[in-house]
Amino acid sequence: MRFQQIDQFASHLKADTRASVYQSTKMTHEKRTKMLFDQFADPNRLRTIAGEIKQHAIENLDTYLPAVEAKLKANGAQVHWAADAEAACQKVLELMRARGATRMVKAKSMVSEEIELAEFLGRHGIEAVETDLGEFIIQIDHDHPSHIVRPIIHKNRREVAVSFEKNGLGAYDDAPEVITRRARQFLRHKYLQADVGLTGANFVSAESGRIVLVTNEGNSRFCLAANKVHIALIGIEKIVPRDRDLALLLNLLARSGTAQQLTVYTEFISGPKSPAQPDGPEEMHVIFLDNGRTEVLATECRDILRCIRCGACLNVCPVYRQASGHAYRSVYPGPVGAVLSPLLMGDRFAEKADLPKASSLCGACQEVCPVNIPIPDMLLRLRDKAKREHVSSPGTPPMGAWSLLASQPTAWRAALIGGRLINHIPTKMLPVPALRAWEQKRTLPEWRGGEFRKWLAQRRKGKSP
Amino acid sequence: MADDREAILSRVRAALTPLPERAAMPDYDTEIAVMRKLLANRDLVSVFAERIKLVNGEALTDPAELARRFRAAGWLHGYCDPALWPRLQPHFGGDFQVETSFDRTRIDDYAFGITRAAGAVAETGTIVLKDASTSSRLGALAPWAHVAVLHRAEIVGDLPHAIDLFGDDRNIVWCTGPSKTADIEGILIEGVHGPGVQFALVLD
Repeated sequence: MRFQQIDQFASHLKADTRASVYQSTKMTHEKRTKMLFDQFADPNRLRTIAGEIKQHAIENLDTYLPAVEAKLKANGAQVHWAADAEAACQKVLELMRARGATRMVKAKSMVSEEIELAEFLGRHGIEAVETDLGEFIIQIDHDHPSHIVRPIIHKNRREVAVSFEKNGLGAYDDAPEVITRRARQFLRHKYLQADVGLTGANFVSAESGRIVLVTNEGNSRFCLAANKVHIALIGIEKIVPRDRDLALLLNLLARSGTAQQLTVYTEFISGPKSPAQPDGPEEMHVIFLDNGRTEVLATECRDILRCIRCGACLNVCPVYRQASGHAYRSVYPGPVGAVLSPLLMGDRFAEKADLPKASSLCGACQEVCPVNIPIPDMLLRLRDKAKREHVSSPGTPPMGAWSLLASQPTAWRAALIGGRLINHIPTKMLPVPALRAWEQKRTLPEWRGGEFRKWLAQRRKGKSP
Repeated sequence: MADDREAILSRVRAALTPLPERAAMPDYDTEIAVMRKLLANRDLVSVFAERIKLVNGEALTDPAELARRFRAAGWLHGYCDPALWPRLQPHFGGDFQVETSFDRTRIDDYAFGITRAAGAVAETGTIVLKDASTSSRLGALAPWAHVAVLHRAEIVGDLPHAIDLFGDDRNIVWCTGPSKTADIEGILIEGVHGPGVQFALVLD
């Protein structure tokens, strides 16, 4: 039997990687849950309201986007728009070239991963250095992040120490503290030498035009303390209506993502530096990016645009825990990625139409989502879309025999009884290849076909509870 | 780019116009996520001191104690906001070398940075820095130890109240403990890019 792509990837995962991913996701998820339920009487109510706020915001982007633009301009920032990845990359390049800038320091931004900005700038002779520790390690390793919040969740300290040594950042030492100090020393000089600091944004308030940046390391603050030009690259779905809504959303984001009450650095930026401030950007440019978002907005799956990128659904997902992020072949992995990544493909949906199938539909992703996105419903919608668009699904067991049986009561009854034979056949001789493959990793439960019908018949006769 | 603006906004309108109705903004109490039990009948300064400790920061009330800590750690060279130094200097001895302008070419020379904070949030142990009152963004960020100086009366209870005090400042930073990461195997390391030690000096 051929496996689905995500299974193939997972089956080749190193035991080390699987263990790293499993342990850290499980730990974060458990800390998150304890914290929310210890601190709030009804955390479910909080996330329901947060979901309603974000849903309202995305369904009123036609009003909020021009409002934010006007506020930002009034605050002294310049606003640009980019319809796709190419336009966004070109805009950044154009801004840099116009200023004779050749060096950029970057804070963590999933949008910049999505448009592959650092690689693009590199090809055009601009050095764009990732400053988030995890992203920096990804960059020197020419790797890709495997988690939205914890980019190197798939690596251990030994691998990091090896790449630090290889990149001239010091002799092999795998103590996390030593690695961190070396990065601190190396990167602080990068901040000071750079011309431009680039950030994303976690939220943008329509009321004030404030963009909100959330980090623990302080790297985005450093980008904005050491440089004269700030470029913020922001997906159009990041809007929230009012500043005061941020209190709820920030409380939920930190708890859901990293089990913190609040992240260490929460920055609210609405323009260039104050005149009296010696450090920081004299220019602020905001680039609003579409890149497929308006197409998602036009579908029944628009709720996925509520996502605040906390990573809680990755941490709780039994598939993500076993397969790790790279298995999703996308910038956005895990349950949110299984919905968002195929949708953002636009016309090329078919290339990632297998991702929504990589789920048991257990529903844990929606239960932990701080904005209550009905991810399982959307996975079903996308499976349906793939079916309607006749996307072939290699590796998926054919269901023809099943549907024949299930639609003919007599055949079904016979199969239920006949199935008992399975209890007596050695695994290797199972008649269905899919079952044999399944049995290699798991134990098949005892066949009990027909028991329910027997019970129901008894009950109808009044002999059973 | 002007084309992109129109293209995006018209696609947004085209996506939303067919909706029979738009999701309404929920009518909710914006203090819904405040941990009221924590704050009930408590003095904000003591809640703040307790909460900043939970994120590995520390609140002090005596400038002389701050000077003693620095001396004990061997941190004798630092930066201080020129407006604060006259008040703090008497508590620091002649063994300290304190500069009142931050020289970015000698960023590694400063062991500490002392700057003015605009306030603090008790519930989360957060220090509020605003651009207008911060004498140097780098001075508050690059040295190993950061001291945020604030007055008791500037401490608010919770995040919604801190948001109410945003005013028109264009750059506000909430600092909740020292800079940290858990990127490598989930192990907590402090002092990644910003301070590894965070103090709040709470004055009357």
